[in-house]
Amino acid sequence: MRYIDDTVIMKRMKTRLNKNRGWKALFFTGTLFALLCLVILLVRIVSQGFGYLDWDFLTNFASRFPERAGIKAALIGSIYMMSIVAPVSIILGVATAIYLEEYAKKNKLSDFIRMNISNLAGVPSIVFGLLGLTIFVRSLALGKSLLAAGFTMSLLILPVIIVAAQEAIRAVPQEQREASYGMGATKWQTITRVVLPAAIPGILTGSILALSRAIGETAPLVVIGIPVILQFLPDSPFSEFTALPMQIYDWAKRPQEEFLYVASAGIIILMIFLVIMNSIAVFIRNKFQKRY
Amino acid sequence: MVKTMIKNENTMKNIVQSSQNVGEESIIINDQNKNTVFGTKNFNLWYGDHHALRDINLDIKENDVTAIIGPSGCGKSTYIKALNRMVELVPIVKTNGVINYRDRNIFEAQYEVEELRTKVGMVFQKPNPFPKSIYDNIAYGPRIHGIKNKKVLDEIVEKSLRGAAIWDEVKDRLNQNAYGLSGGQQQRICIARCLAIEPDVILMDEPTSALDPISTLKVEELVQELKDNYSIIIVTHNMQQAARISDKTAFFLNGEVVEFDNTDKIFSTPTDQRTEDYISGRFG
Repeated sequence: MRYIDDTVIMKRMKTRLNKNRGWKALFFTGTLFALLCLVILLVRIVSQGFGYLDWDFLTNFASRFPERAGIKAALIGSIYMMSIVAPVSIILGVATAIYLEEYAKKNKLSDFIRMNISNLAGVPSIVFGLLGLTIFVRSLALGKSLLAAGFTMSLLILPVIIVAAQEAIRAVPQEQREASYGMGATKWQTITRVVLPAAIPGILTGSILALSRAIGETAPLVVIGIPVILQFLPDSPFSEFTALPMQIYDWAKRPQEEFLYVASAGIIILMIFLVIMNSIAVFIRNKFQKRY
Repeated sequence: MVKTMIKNENTMKNIVQSSQNVGEESIIINDQNKNTVFGTKNFNLWYGDHHALRDINLDIKENDVTAIIGPSGCGKSTYIKALNRMVELVPIVKTNGVINYRDRNIFEAQYEVEELRTKVGMVFQKPNPFPKSIYDNIAYGPRIHGIKNKKVLDEIVEKSLRGAAIWDEVKDRLNQNAYGLSGGQQQRICIARCLAIEPDVILMDEPTSALDPISTLKVEELVQELKDNYSIIIVTHNMQQAARISDKTAFFLNGEVVEFDNTDKIFSTPTDQRTEDYISGRFG
């Protein structure tokens, strides 16, 4: 006897297909909603800020008058800050990931450390700001300097980089390590010649995405007390500076309506920055990713 | 199916004949002249609570092809991976007993595992070349041992590829990625990569199980050529393969060595009933 009855199958066919269509419509609506929000945001920002976007905007310092206000100090400040954040966070993050994945023994302690690093990635940025204020600004007496802000931002994105690097390292097939160990290679030789070359695309992609988060973060800078109106460029890692999100925040809260448009212009600059960095990440991922 | 059985029968006949021709005595005399490469004494291994190898005692001789056969899960792969301490990559492994490589216990605290693995090369079940050029794959071993001279490396690469009988197929594309090769070629690249560190012993963990019959044949022929210069230990669950290429065969079952003897003896007149059941296909 047959257990599967064709008439029952045909009867249920229509409901099954409708259910499938229903779920598809729901998921599509979800995607559409996100896209719509993005489009509204972009249209608003660009229509408001485009008028203020010119060469002077890039080369002027901040000003009381909206038409003379520029973003030079913030733009250069952000670039300087990132040149501290990038090496510090990537070197520390990759080193930690290598230790946890390749050297650390799997036991309760290392599991605890792994779990906490993942949790740290979810800690609100303002908490990292308070940490930076206590350690770098006050205890190490770095003041409201580029270094203090750079270190704070590095701490903020460190967990993200560690987790991304761990994932990338874990994705390297075990057989590749075995091949290397099987010829008498040390752990270090195996890491530098087999594991890292295969993991670097993933590590870089994760790092760049983390760095683009650091560019846009405001809360830690507010807590540290980074100034907003600066008429000079920082001349050393110990000097004061201001950054793009701080500048935008300051413009957005001013009473004059024109400053809102100036803020929009600032946001456009910030977004161009982010798009460039994310494109680099996508490019690296597509170009260098190896398939086994 | 029928064909293989006929072939099988022929192999068996050949084996029986050869064992009659050679005779027991000559083999024993032959053995006494050969040095022991791996001496295993009362060796036990656990994966956590699972007792995977029980009181293994085996003496593996120089320039022999030693086949290790047995059903899945009998511990044959575990044993071969113990010989170059590859089992230590699994964190829960515990061992006791002795495995001597050239009369020195490899589990001695002062024995550096890197030193052992330079002498004892390994070819894995699944071809695992690096995602690098063919040249860089072969030069990997010499490079990690500090050879930088381009001329020396060139010579090692050519010698190793010739040794693995793949030089003619790849000599014009040494700079291409090894992933572009077929599975069988990749496995011979892996053998060449292993030869490049000039090992004393080559461990092969089911080297042909992922290959088609023609590639398998090439690897088997290669093993025959290599045995003049290397001691080879090969794990296989293809009994015909063990019969074709090995001098000695060890039959593993449930983590124990049931029988270890000359291959022709094992396949013609095994002592143990379980061996006979296994090689005649009654289980496994």
